[in-house]
Amino acid sequence: MPQISQLAATYSSQIFWMLVIFGAVFFLVGRGMAPKVLETMEGRDQKIAADLAAAEAARHEAQAQDDAWKAAAAKQRGEAQALIAAAKAEAAKATEGRLASAGAEAEAKVADAEARIAAARQGALAEIETVAADAAAEIAARVAGLTVAADAARAAVKDVLHG
Amino acid sequence: MATEAKVDPMHQFTIEPLFGTDHWALGGFNIAFTNSALWMLISAVVLYAFMLGGMKRELVPGRWQVMVESMTGFIENMLSANIGKEGRKYLPYVFSLFMFILFANLLGLLPLGLVGVHPFTFTSHFTATGVLAILSFSIVLVVGFYKHGLHFFSLFVPHGTPLPMIPLIFVIELVSFLVRPFSLGLRLFVAMMAGHVLLEVLSSFVIGGANAGAFFMGLVSIPSFILMVAICALEILVAGIQAYVFALLTSLYINDAEHLH
Repeated sequence: MPQISQLAATYSSQIFWMLVIFGAVFFLVGRGMAPKVLETMEGRDQKIAADLAAAEAARHEAQAQDDAWKAAAAKQRGEAQALIAAAKAEAAKATEGRLASAGAEAEAKVADAEARIAAARQGALAEIETVAADAAAEIAARVAGLTVAADAARAAVKDVLHG
Repeated sequence: MATEAKVDPMHQFTIEPLFGTDHWALGGFNIAFTNSALWMLISAVVLYAFMLGGMKRELVPGRWQVMVESMTGFIENMLSANIGKEGRKYLPYVFSLFMFILFANLLGLLPLGLVGVHPFTFTSHFTATGVLAILSFSIVLVVGFYKHGLHFFSLFVPHGTPLPMIPLIFVIELVSFLVRPFSLGLRLFVAMMAGHVLLEVLSSFVIGGANAGAFFMGLVSIPSFILMVAICALEILVAGIQAYVFALLTSLYINDAEHLH
Protein backbone atom coordinates (compact mmCIF):
# COMPACT_ATOMS: atom_id res chain seq x y z
CA MET A 1 0.00 0.00 0.00
CA PRO A 2 1.99 3.00 -1.27
CA GLN A 3 -0.03 5.35 0.91
CA ILE A 4 1.72 3.84 3.94
CA SER A 5 4.93 2.44 2.54
CA GLN A 6 5.80 5.78 0.91
CA LEU A 7 4.48 7.83 3.80
CA ALA A 8 7.82 8.91 5.24
CA ALA A 9 9.23 9.85 1.86
CA THR A 10 6.23 11.70 0.45
CA TYR A 11 4.16 13.20 3.27
CA SER A 12 5.93 16.57 3.21
CA SER A 13 5.59 16.91 -0.55
CA GLN A 14 1.92 15.87 -0.43
CA ILE A 15 1.09 18.33 2.33
CA PHE A 16 3.08 21.14 0.75
CA TRP A 17 1.57 20.84 -2.70
CA MET A 18 -1.92 20.28 -1.31
CA LEU A 19 -1.68 23.49 0.70
CA VAL A 20 -0.22 25.45 -2.22
CA ILE A 21 -2.67 24.21 -4.83
CA PHE A 22 -5.76 24.13 -2.65
CA GLY A 23 -4.79 27.59 -1.39
CA ALA A 24 -4.63 28.79 -4.97
CA VAL A 25 -8.02 27.19 -5.67
CA PHE A 26 -9.47 28.82 -2.56
CA PHE A 27 -8.25 32.30 -3.43
CA LEU A 28 -8.80 32.20 -7.19
CA VAL A 29 -11.95 30.11 -7.43
CA GLY A 30 -13.51 30.25 -3.99
CA ARG A 31 -12.93 33.91 -3.19
CA GLY A 32 -12.47 35.26 -6.69
CA MET A 33 -15.10 33.55 -8.78
CA ALA A 34 -17.79 31.87 -6.68
CA PRO A 35 -19.05 35.11 -5.05
CA LYS A 36 -19.26 36.75 -8.48
CA VAL A 37 -21.27 33.83 -9.82
CA LEU A 38 -23.54 34.10 -6.82
CA GLU A 39 -23.80 37.85 -7.35
CA THR A 40 -24.86 37.29 -10.95
CA MET A 41 -27.53 34.85 -9.80
CA GLU A 42 -28.80 37.24 -7.17
CA GLY A 43 -28.81 40.11 -9.64
CA ARG A 44 -30.88 38.00 -11.99
CA ASP A 45 -33.30 37.00 -9.22
CA GLN A 46 -33.68 40.64 -8.21
CA LYS A 47 -34.24 41.69 -11.80
CA ILE A 48 -36.91 39.04 -12.21
CA ALA A 49 -38.54 40.05 -8.94
CA ALA A 50 -38.44 43.74 -9.93
CA ASP A 51 -39.90 42.97 -13.35
CA LEU A 52 -42.65 40.90 -11.78
CA ALA A 53 -43.40 43.70 -9.33
CA ALA A 54 -43.53 46.23 -12.18
CA ALA A 55 -45.87 43.99 -14.13
CA GLU A 56 -48.06 43.57 -11.07
CA ALA A 57 -48.13 47.33 -10.51
CA ALA A 58 -49.05 47.90 -14.16
CA ARG A 59 -51.83 45.34 -13.82
CA HIS A 60 -53.13 47.12 -10.73
CA GLU A 61 -52.98 50.45 -12.55
CA ALA A 62 -54.90 49.04 -15.52
CA GLN A 63 -57.45 47.53 -13.16
CA ALA A 64 -57.88 50.86 -11.38
CA GLN A 65 -58.33 52.70 -14.66
CA ASP A 66 -60.82 50.12 -15.84
CA ASP A 67 -62.75 50.47 -12.59
CA ALA A 68 -62.74 54.28 -12.88
CA TRP A 69 -63.93 54.06 -16.48
CA LYS A 70 -66.68 51.63 -15.51
CA ALA A 71 -67.79 53.90 -12.67
CA ALA A 72 -67.85 56.95 -14.98
CA ALA A 73 -69.84 55.02 -17.57
CA ALA A 74 -72.32 53.83 -14.95
CA LYS A 75 -72.70 57.37 -13.63
CA GLN A 76 -73.31 58.78 -17.11
CA ARG A 77 -75.80 56.06 -17.88
CA GLY A 78 -77.63 56.88 -14.66
CA GLU A 79 -77.71 60.55 -15.53
CA ALA A 80 -79.04 59.80 -18.99
CA GLN A 81 -81.72 57.55 -17.57
CA ALA A 82 -82.74 60.24 -15.08
CA LEU A 83 -83.04 62.74 -17.92
CA ILE A 84 -85.16 60.35 -19.94
CA ALA A 85 -87.39 59.67 -16.94
CA ALA A 86 -87.81 63.38 -16.26
CA ALA A 87 -88.71 64.07 -19.90
CA LYS A 88 -91.17 61.19 -19.85
CA ALA A 89 -92.80 62.45 -16.66
CA GLU A 90 -93.06 65.99 -18.04
CA ALA A 91 -94.60 64.77 -21.26
CA ALA A 92 -97.09 62.64 -19.34
CA LYS A 93 -98.03 65.58 -17.16
CA ALA A 94 -98.53 67.86 -20.15
CA THR A 95 -100.70 65.26 -21.90
CA GLU A 96 -102.79 64.78 -18.80
CA GLY A 97 -103.36 68.53 -18.45
CA ARG A 98 -104.41 68.87 -22.03
CA LEU A 99 -106.72 65.88 -21.76
CA ALA A 100 -108.28 67.28 -18.61
CA SER A 101 -108.94 70.67 -20.13
CA ALA A 102 -110.31 69.15 -23.32
CA GLY A 103 -112.58 66.90 -21.27
CA ALA A 104 -113.84 69.80 -19.21
CA GLU A 105 -114.55 71.82 -22.36
CA ALA A 106 -116.42 68.95 -23.90
CA GLU A 107 -118.43 68.43 -20.76
CA ALA A 108 -119.32 72.09 -20.61
CA LYS A 109 -120.51 71.95 -24.20
CA VAL A 110 -122.56 68.84 -23.48
CA ALA A 111 -124.14 70.47 -20.42
CA ASP A 112 -124.93 73.60 -22.40
CA ALA A 113 -126.51 71.56 -25.15
CA GLU A 114 -128.54 69.57 -22.65
CA ALA A 115 -129.78 72.78 -21.04
CA ARG A 116 -130.80 74.12 -24.40
CA ILE A 117 -132.56 70.89 -25.24
CA ALA A 118 -134.47 71.01 -21.95
CA ALA A 119 -135.46 74.64 -22.55
CA ALA A 120 -136.62 73.82 -26.07
CA ARG A 121 -138.63 70.93 -24.74
CA GLN A 122 -140.19 73.09 -22.07
CA GLY A 123 -141.04 75.68 -24.71
CA ALA A 124 -142.45 73.04 -27.00
CA LEU A 125 -144.59 71.59 -24.21
CA ALA A 126 -146.03 75.04 -23.37
CA GLU A 127 -146.73 75.59 -27.07
CA ILE A 128 -148.52 72.25 -27.29
CA GLU A 129 -150.71 73.14 -24.31
CA THR A 130 -151.72 76.45 -25.85
CA VAL A 131 -152.35 74.87 -29.22
CA ALA A 132 -154.35 72.06 -27.62
CA ALA A 133 -156.42 74.51 -25.52
CA ASP A 134 -157.15 76.60 -28.63
CA ALA A 135 -158.02 73.53 -30.58
CA ALA A 136 -160.24 72.25 -27.76
CA ALA A 137 -162.08 75.58 -27.51
CA GLU A 138 -162.50 75.70 -31.28
CA ILE A 139 -163.76 72.12 -31.37
CA ALA A 140 -166.21 72.84 -28.56
CA ALA A 141 -167.48 75.94 -30.36
CA ARG A 142 -167.92 74.18 -33.67
CA VAL A 143 -169.35 70.92 -32.44
CA ALA A 144 -171.49 72.01 -29.47
CA GLY A 145 -171.71 75.69 -30.15
CA LEU A 146 -170.41 76.36 -26.75
CA THR A 147 -168.19 79.18 -25.98
CA VAL A 148 -165.47 78.02 -23.67
CA ALA A 149 -163.34 80.51 -21.91
CA ALA A 150 -159.71 80.33 -22.84
CA ASP A 151 -158.62 79.75 -19.22
CA ALA A 152 -161.07 76.86 -18.70
CA ALA A 153 -159.90 75.25 -21.89
CA ARG A 154 -156.34 75.54 -20.85
CA ALA A 155 -157.09 74.01 -17.44
CA ALA A 156 -158.97 71.13 -19.04
CA VAL A 157 -156.10 70.46 -21.45
CA LYS A 158 -153.61 70.57 -18.68
CA ASP A 159 -155.68 68.01 -16.79
CA VAL A 160 -155.79 65.70 -19.72
CA LEU A 161 -152.10 66.13 -20.61
CA HIS A 162 -150.79 65.66 -17.14
CA GLY A 163 -153.31 62.99 -16.12
CA MET B 1 1.71 -10.71 -22.30
CA ALA B 2 5.19 -12.03 -21.79
CA THR B 3 5.27 -11.07 -18.13
CA GLU B 4 2.43 -13.44 -17.13
CA ALA B 5 -0.06 -10.51 -16.97
CA LYS B 6 1.04 -9.38 -13.56
CA VAL B 7 -1.26 -6.60 -12.41
CA ASP B 8 -0.49 -4.95 -9.12
CA PRO B 9 -3.69 -3.21 -8.01
CA MET B 10 -1.71 -1.01 -5.61
CA HIS B 11 0.78 0.24 -8.15
CA GLN B 12 -1.63 2.95 -9.30
CA PHE B 13 -1.23 4.72 -5.96
CA THR B 14 2.54 4.97 -6.15
CA ILE B 15 3.85 8.48 -5.87
CA GLU B 16 6.73 9.30 -8.20
CA PRO B 17 8.65 12.55 -8.36
CA LEU B 18 8.44 14.10 -11.81
CA PHE B 19 10.77 16.20 -13.94
CA GLY B 20 13.82 15.51 -11.79
CA THR B 21 12.39 17.43 -8.85
CA ASP B 22 13.28 14.59 -6.50
CA HIS B 23 15.61 16.73 -4.43
CA TRP B 24 13.53 19.84 -4.03
CA ALA B 25 13.32 20.69 -0.39
CA LEU B 26 11.94 23.39 1.82
CA GLY B 27 13.33 23.76 5.33
CA GLY B 28 14.71 20.25 5.20
CA PHE B 29 11.43 18.74 4.02
CA ASN B 30 11.18 17.11 0.65
CA ILE B 31 8.75 18.88 -1.64
CA ALA B 32 9.32 17.00 -4.86
CA PHE B 33 6.76 17.80 -7.58
CA THR B 34 5.16 14.37 -7.84
CA ASN B 35 2.49 12.86 -10.05
CA SER B 36 0.14 13.52 -7.13
CA ALA B 37 1.01 17.21 -7.17
CA LEU B 38 0.66 17.23 -10.94
CA TRP B 39 -2.91 15.95 -10.69
CA MET B 40 -3.72 18.44 -7.96
CA LEU B 41 -2.53 21.09 -10.37
CA ILE B 42 -4.52 19.60 -13.25
CA SER B 43 -7.67 19.49 -11.08
CA ALA B 44 -7.12 23.10 -10.07
CA VAL B 45 -6.57 24.22 -13.67
CA VAL B 46 -9.60 22.29 -14.97
CA LEU B 47 -11.69 23.72 -12.15
CA TYR B 48 -10.46 27.21 -12.98
CA ALA B 49 -11.31 26.69 -16.65
CA PHE B 50 -14.74 25.36 -15.69
CA MET B 51 -15.38 28.42 -13.54
CA LEU B 52 -14.21 30.77 -16.30
CA GLY B 53 -17.20 29.58 -18.33
CA GLY B 54 -19.45 30.87 -15.57
CA MET B 55 -17.90 34.32 -15.47
CA LYS B 56 -19.72 35.70 -18.50
CA ARG B 57 -22.29 37.03 -16.03
CA GLU B 58 -25.07 37.23 -18.58
CA LEU B 59 -28.62 37.94 -17.56
CA VAL B 60 -29.82 35.01 -19.65
CA PRO B 61 -27.18 32.35 -19.01
CA GLY B 62 -25.82 29.91 -21.57
CA ARG B 63 -25.41 26.21 -20.86
CA TRP B 64 -21.96 26.51 -19.35
CA GLN B 65 -22.94 29.41 -17.16
CA VAL B 66 -25.97 27.43 -15.98
CA MET B 67 -23.69 24.53 -14.99
CA VAL B 68 -21.41 26.81 -12.99
CA GLU B 69 -24.37 28.61 -11.43
CA SER B 70 -26.16 25.42 -10.49
CA MET B 71 -22.99 24.17 -8.77
CA THR B 72 -22.60 27.44 -6.89
CA GLY B 73 -26.30 27.53 -6.08
CA PHE B 74 -26.14 23.93 -4.87
CA ILE B 75 -23.40 24.74 -2.34
CA GLU B 76 -25.11 27.98 -1.38
CA ASN B 77 -28.36 26.09 -0.70
CA MET B 78 -26.54 23.48 1.33
CA LEU B 79 -24.86 26.15 3.43
CA SER B 80 -28.02 28.16 4.01
CA ALA B 81 -29.95 24.98 4.86
CA ASN B 82 -27.33 23.72 7.32
CA ILE B 83 -25.86 26.89 8.78
CA GLY B 84 -28.41 29.60 8.05
CA LYS B 85 -27.65 33.10 6.94
CA GLU B 86 -24.16 32.99 8.47
CA GLY B 87 -23.40 30.19 6.01
CA ARG B 88 -22.73 32.67 3.23
CA LYS B 89 -19.29 33.59 4.51
CA TYR B 90 -18.13 29.96 4.31
CA LEU B 91 -19.16 29.66 0.68
CA PRO B 92 -15.65 30.30 -0.73
CA TYR B 93 -14.12 27.57 1.41
CA VAL B 94 -16.85 24.93 1.09
CA PHE B 95 -17.29 25.61 -2.61
CA SER B 96 -13.54 25.27 -3.26
CA LEU B 97 -13.47 22.11 -1.18
CA PHE B 98 -16.42 20.49 -2.95
CA MET B 99 -15.36 21.41 -6.45
CA PHE B 100 -11.70 20.54 -5.91
CA ILE B 101 -12.52 17.09 -4.50
CA LEU B 102 -15.18 16.49 -7.15
CA PHE B 103 -12.83 17.35 -9.99
CA ALA B 104 -10.01 15.32 -8.44
CA ASN B 105 -12.27 12.27 -8.09
CA LEU B 106 -13.71 12.56 -11.59
CA LEU B 107 -10.39 13.29 -13.30
CA GLY B 108 -8.87 10.31 -11.50
CA LEU B 109 -11.49 8.11 -13.17
CA LEU B 110 -10.70 9.25 -16.70
CA PRO B 111 -9.71 6.28 -18.89
CA LEU B 112 -6.49 7.99 -19.92
CA GLY B 113 -4.65 4.67 -19.80
CA LEU B 114 -6.02 4.13 -23.30
CA VAL B 115 -3.71 6.85 -24.59
CA GLY B 116 -0.76 5.82 -22.48
CA VAL B 117 -0.88 8.27 -19.56
CA HIS B 118 -2.14 7.30 -16.17
CA PRO B 119 -4.46 9.45 -14.11
CA PHE B 120 -3.61 9.69 -10.46
CA THR B 121 -6.34 10.14 -7.88
CA PHE B 122 -4.70 12.14 -5.13
CA THR B 123 -7.90 11.87 -3.04
CA SER B 124 -6.93 8.21 -2.54
CA HIS B 125 -4.05 9.35 -0.34
CA PHE B 126 -4.77 10.16 3.25
CA THR B 127 -1.88 12.59 3.27
CA ALA B 128 -3.89 14.69 0.79
CA THR B 129 -7.40 14.16 2.23
CA GLY B 130 -5.99 14.59 5.71
CA VAL B 131 -4.79 18.11 4.87
CA LEU B 132 -8.31 19.03 3.76
CA ALA B 133 -9.88 17.37 6.79
CA ILE B 134 -7.54 19.16 9.17
CA LEU B 135 -8.26 22.45 7.37
CA SER B 136 -12.01 21.92 7.88
CA PHE B 137 -11.49 20.93 11.49
CA SER B 138 -9.25 23.94 12.14
CA ILE B 139 -11.93 26.22 10.75
CA VAL B 140 -14.44 24.63 13.13
CA LEU B 141 -12.10 25.12 16.08
CA VAL B 142 -11.16 28.69 15.16
CA VAL B 143 -14.75 29.74 14.51
CA GLY B 144 -16.00 27.95 17.63
CA PHE B 145 -13.51 29.45 20.03
CA TYR B 146 -13.58 32.87 18.35
CA LYS B 147 -17.37 33.11 18.50
CA HIS B 148 -18.07 31.41 21.82
CA GLY B 149 -14.79 31.40 23.72
CA LEU B 150 -14.65 28.72 26.39
CA HIS B 151 -18.42 28.42 26.12
CA PHE B 152 -17.63 26.35 23.03
CA PHE B 153 -17.08 23.41 25.37
CA SER B 154 -20.83 23.35 26.04
CA LEU B 155 -20.99 21.69 22.61
CA PHE B 156 -19.95 18.54 24.43
CA VAL B 157 -22.84 18.65 26.90
CA PRO B 158 -26.15 18.29 25.09
CA HIS B 159 -29.20 20.05 26.52
CA GLY B 160 -31.05 18.14 29.21
CA THR B 161 -28.16 15.91 30.23
CA PRO B 162 -28.71 14.78 33.86
CA LEU B 163 -26.06 16.21 36.16
CA PRO B 164 -24.40 12.92 37.15
CA MET B 165 -24.10 12.00 33.48
CA ILE B 166 -22.28 15.18 32.47
CA PRO B 167 -18.67 13.98 32.99
CA LEU B 168 -19.29 10.78 31.06
CA ILE B 169 -21.22 12.47 28.24
CA PHE B 170 -18.56 15.18 28.05
CA VAL B 171 -15.83 12.61 27.48
CA ILE B 172 -17.89 10.70 24.89
CA GLU B 173 -18.80 13.85 23.00
CA LEU B 174 -15.24 15.12 23.15
CA VAL B 175 -13.91 11.88 21.68
CA SER B 176 -16.54 11.87 18.95
CA PHE B 177 -15.62 15.48 18.20
CA LEU B 178 -11.92 14.74 18.04
CA VAL B 179 -12.51 11.77 15.75
CA ARG B 180 -14.15 14.03 13.18
CA PRO B 181 -11.03 15.06 11.22
CA PHE B 182 -9.93 11.43 10.99
CA SER B 183 -13.33 10.17 9.84
CA LEU B 184 -13.59 13.06 7.40
CA GLY B 185 -10.22 12.42 5.79
CA LEU B 186 -10.28 8.62 5.99
CA ARG B 187 -13.78 8.31 4.51
CA LEU B 188 -12.78 10.02 1.29
CA PHE B 189 -9.43 8.22 1.08
CA VAL B 190 -10.96 4.79 1.70
CA ALA B 191 -13.87 5.29 -0.69
CA MET B 192 -11.64 6.42 -3.52
CA MET B 193 -8.99 3.82 -2.92
CA ALA B 194 -11.47 0.95 -2.62
CA GLY B 195 -13.11 1.82 -5.91
CA HIS B 196 -9.83 2.07 -7.77
CA VAL B 197 -8.50 -1.15 -6.28
CA LEU B 198 -11.73 -2.94 -7.20
CA LEU B 199 -11.49 -1.76 -10.80
CA GLU B 200 -7.86 -2.80 -10.98
CA VAL B 201 -8.57 -6.24 -9.50
CA LEU B 202 -11.45 -6.81 -11.92
CA SER B 203 -9.26 -5.73 -14.82
CA SER B 204 -6.63 -8.25 -13.73
CA PHE B 205 -9.39 -10.91 -13.83
CA VAL B 206 -10.27 -9.82 -17.35
CA ILE B 207 -6.65 -10.06 -18.53
CA GLY B 208 -5.86 -13.23 -16.62
CA GLY B 209 -9.03 -14.94 -17.88
CA ALA B 210 -8.29 -13.96 -21.45
CA ASN B 211 -4.76 -15.30 -21.18
CA ALA B 212 -5.99 -18.63 -19.77
CA GLY B 213 -7.91 -19.48 -22.92
CA ALA B 214 -11.35 -19.14 -24.43
CA PHE B 215 -13.15 -21.09 -21.72
CA PHE B 216 -11.90 -18.91 -18.89
CA MET B 217 -12.42 -15.84 -21.00
CA GLY B 218 -16.11 -16.67 -21.23
CA LEU B 219 -16.34 -17.73 -17.62
CA VAL B 220 -14.31 -14.98 -15.96
CA SER B 221 -13.29 -12.19 -18.30
CA ILE B 222 -16.64 -11.29 -19.81
CA PRO B 223 -18.62 -11.22 -16.52
CA SER B 224 -15.78 -9.27 -14.91
CA PHE B 225 -15.76 -6.81 -17.77
CA ILE B 226 -19.52 -6.29 -17.51
CA LEU B 227 -19.14 -5.81 -13.77
CA MET B 228 -16.35 -3.29 -14.41
CA VAL B 229 -18.59 -1.24 -16.63
CA ALA B 230 -21.24 -1.17 -13.92
CA ILE B 231 -18.68 -0.34 -11.24
CA CYS B 232 -17.27 2.48 -13.36
CA ALA B 233 -20.74 4.01 -13.34
CA LEU B 234 -20.92 3.45 -9.59
CA GLU B 235 -17.52 5.07 -9.15
CA ILE B 236 -18.68 8.19 -10.95
CA LEU B 237 -21.57 8.32 -8.49
CA VAL B 238 -19.18 7.72 -5.57
CA ALA B 239 -16.92 10.52 -6.83
CA GLY B 240 -19.83 12.95 -6.56
CA ILE B 241 -21.18 11.53 -3.32
CA GLN B 242 -17.84 11.60 -1.52
CA ALA B 243 -17.22 15.21 -2.54
CA TYR B 244 -20.75 16.04 -1.38
CA VAL B 245 -20.32 14.18 1.92
CA PHE B 246 -17.04 15.97 2.61
CA ALA B 247 -18.62 19.36 1.95
CA LEU B 248 -21.83 18.47 3.81
CA LEU B 249 -20.02 17.26 6.92
CA THR B 250 -17.78 20.31 6.85
CA SER B 251 -20.84 22.54 6.76
CA LEU B 252 -22.49 20.55 9.57
CA TYR B 253 -19.38 20.88 11.72
CA ILE B 254 -19.21 24.59 10.96
CA ASN B 255 -22.85 24.82 11.99
CA ASP B 256 -21.93 23.27 15.35
CA ALA B 257 -19.21 25.88 15.75
CA GLU B 258 -21.54 28.72 14.75
CA HIS B 259 -24.58 27.76 16.79
CA LEU B 260 -23.33 25.18 19.30
CA HIS B 261 -26.43 23.01 19.84
